[in-house]
Amino acid sequence: MDAHATTFGVPNRKMAMWVFIASECMFFGSLIATYLSYEGKSLVGPTPREILNIPLTSVSTFVLLMSSLAMVLALDAVQKGDRRMTRAWLGGVIVLGGLFLGGQVFEFSHFYHEGLTLQQNLFGATFFVLTGFHGAHVTVGVIWMITLLVMSLRGTLGPDRSLDVEVAGLYWHFVDVVWIVIFTVVYLIQ
Amino acid sequence: MSYSAAATANPHASLYAGGIRSWLTTVDHKRIGVLYGISALLYFVVGGVEALIIRLQLASAEGTVVGADTFNQLFTMHGTTMVFLVLMPLSAALFNYMIPLMIGARDVAFPRLNAFSFWTFFFGSLLLNLSFFVGSPPDAGWFGYANLTSKQYNPGMGIDFWVLSVQIMGIASIASAVNFTVTILNMRAPGMSLMRMPLFVWMALVTQVLMLLAFPAITVAFIFLLFDRFFGTHFYIPSAGGTPILWQHLFWIFGHPEVYILILPSFGVVSEVLPTFSRKPLFGAPFVIFSGILIGFLGFGVWSHHMFATGLGAVADTAFSLATMLIAIPTGVKIFNWIATLWGGHIHFKTPLYFAVGMVALFIIGGLSGIMHASPPVDIQQHDSYFVVAHLHYVFFGGTVFGLFAGLYYWWPKITGTMIGEGLGKLHFWLMAIGMNLTFFPMHFLGMDGMPRRIYTYAADLGWERWNTVATIGAFVIALSVLVFLINAVRSLTGGERATADPWDAATLEWTMSSPPPEYNFAVVPKVNSARPYWLYKHGPTRDISTRTKAEGTPPQPDNPPERVDLPSPSGWPTLAALGLALFGGGALVGLWLVLIGVAILVFGVYRWAFQPLERAGHPSFGPAPTGGR
Repeated sequence: MDAHATTFGVPNRKMAMWVFIASECMFFGSLIATYLSYEGKSLVGPTPREILNIPLTSVSTFVLLMSSLAMVLALDAVQKGDRRMTRAWLGGVIVLGGLFLGGQVFEFSHFYHEGLTLQQNLFGATFFVLTGFHGAHVTVGVIWMITLLVMSLRGTLGPDRSLDVEVAGLYWHFVDVVWIVIFTVVYLIQ
Repeated sequence: MSYSAAATANPHASLYAGGIRSWLTTVDHKRIGVLYGISALLYFVVGGVEALIIRLQLASAEGTVVGADTFNQLFTMHGTTMVFLVLMPLSAALFNYMIPLMIGARDVAFPRLNAFSFWTFFFGSLLLNLSFFVGSPPDAGWFGYANLTSKQYNPGMGIDFWVLSVQIMGIASIASAVNFTVTILNMRAPGMSLMRMPLFVWMALVTQVLMLLAFPAITVAFIFLLFDRFFGTHFYIPSAGGTPILWQHLFWIFGHPEVYILILPSFGVVSEVLPTFSRKPLFGAPFVIFSGILIGFLGFGVWSHHMFATGLGAVADTAFSLATMLIAIPTGVKIFNWIATLWGGHIHFKTPLYFAVGMVALFIIGGLSGIMHASPPVDIQQHDSYFVVAHLHYVFFGGTVFGLFAGLYYWWPKITGTMIGEGLGKLHFWLMAIGMNLTFFPMHFLGMDGMPRRIYTYAADLGWERWNTVATIGAFVIALSVLVFLINAVRSLTGGERATADPWDAATLEWTMSSPPPEYNFAVVPKVNSARPYWLYKHGPTRDISTRTKAEGTPPQPDNPPERVDLPSPSGWPTLAALGLALFGGGALVGLWLVLIGVAILVFGVYRWAFQPLERAGHPSFGPAPTGGR
């Protein structure tokens, strides 16, 4: 697919993902800037201090960080043509990403029962939209990884297609980095 | 297209052959460019009719052509249509068609993503105009300021149509920006360094980067608005602590770069047309390139000059005022470079040159009134008056429309394979130039006299009638000029003189191939060792700084590829995915079931597309082939 020689010697799809990530930076930048500019502007509770659970989210942050490690190892395995480890590490990314999403579902439903809804106050609106869109990105990533895993199980994901995994990995690491910013801005610096 | 008469003479006339199915599944950048161009010109007529009704209503005091509500809908649809459905896609048409030809590529980096971008734009534009027939058109202005768009003050479906359709078209823009950024950076012919890239491609690159970085801001602004309207959040609702100013910030962080997204393609066209018709290299080309980059860069730091009237405070006002004035410097550099290009040249007075010179002249007027608005006290005086309407139309109409028409006339022979009438072309120019000045210059006077924007009628004793009547007459002169263009276009397509490969004796790669180009663009991948490769081949070294080497230039393309050329197969999956995306968005107006159907179609289309090989059995191939080509 990227057989033609390119000007910079970088495959087109890889460059496209970097370019897309630049665009995504502005997307999450706008969401985070809005969260910050509305911080403390809510007229009623619950406030972040009352409701955010830092220990729990630290665990899910750790889980997501580990998924990036699994991603790196999956790419390494596919480049070496090691099918077994490719499947194992891709499976690891999927399980860890799924755990993170599970944590988010638990957190959202817990907040909902505590009275924090989209409509309750500005904190609810900005928090749910920011972390919700991040969660949506993780979901897309997990579906992508499942697709790659199915390809591997069918035997169509050899070293010649390692670029497929590399591009998916770039996306995955980016989504991970965004979470580190969100975790810092929303949870740690209140 | 009717080439039938000349089809035998031109082996490449099959480029546009084929039924609707072939157009729905095309992944050829040239055909997609034509699709963008036809859509944009159709919407140009639609948006123009909206403008004519507005002008009829304002022609005399106490006008009764339309009521206040319809008037609001008309100026909203006029603005939205002209920005998103005319100027951007018309630029996209030229980008699509010309960029691969100018950089020596056989197609864009992602041909199917390109098709997806077009169809997403097209379905989004249909959704916007569907509001005329279902429910009601949006009525909060193309800027959609918060609270005008809130559910409380605007409960109808018009705003929903507007926000969903522009959101969908924004996705098309981002997809296309990714595609063309990679194409320009990574698909250049051997030897085409960045500084040898044609100016049009340079300005296109800056435009793509602006789209990449500006559109996410309005995407987020729209997400907040959608949540406010559909899920009852309070992002823009003051009673719950929100602020409508948030919308203005997000909108203009997008909106001001958007101004440069609209004008830079036109700058690029002019930078190609002026050198070609004055038989000289562009004066100080690197300065023009770096000025374009600087304009793009500064364009992100000036958004709040649209918001001086909201009272941002002295520090913010000063900073944004200074940044805005700074932009005048690179823009002025370009204007002097264009004038210096003409200076001492062998000027050939062809229609593209008329439009390019017209663009420079009219853009200067719009640029000067723009510098006036950089000063907060002046801006606050003129805010929301017809003076601003005059300013923005000198920039968008005088600047963008004239520039894009220059490009259309310049590349018309290359795209269609036929020449377009010079006499009617010049008539088009003069009518459009006269009509445009008649329409928009009096608006300066009206604004200075205090006439506010967006009022649907005014009292007779205010003394605004005379200049409003003049403006309305001017608008109809513009309409007449567009009619002349359409007649000229039809005459060219139905029996125009056949175009040679290089009718203007131009300098860049697109003129080294037949008109229209063969499907594969380049029979042999060109080697480039100059910024003006074809000129160098034809005329030898000139005083162009990039040709100080004893290079030989790039020869014209042979008629047939000496080696086998494989092209991507047509694919309908990107089109289906775009349809799914449009149903996903538009479905929000109908019900959850349609949203889910849209998502299902989108996912299905994307997966079929992702797992379909780019080149399948029976894909277009040319030249000598072991198993026999087409």
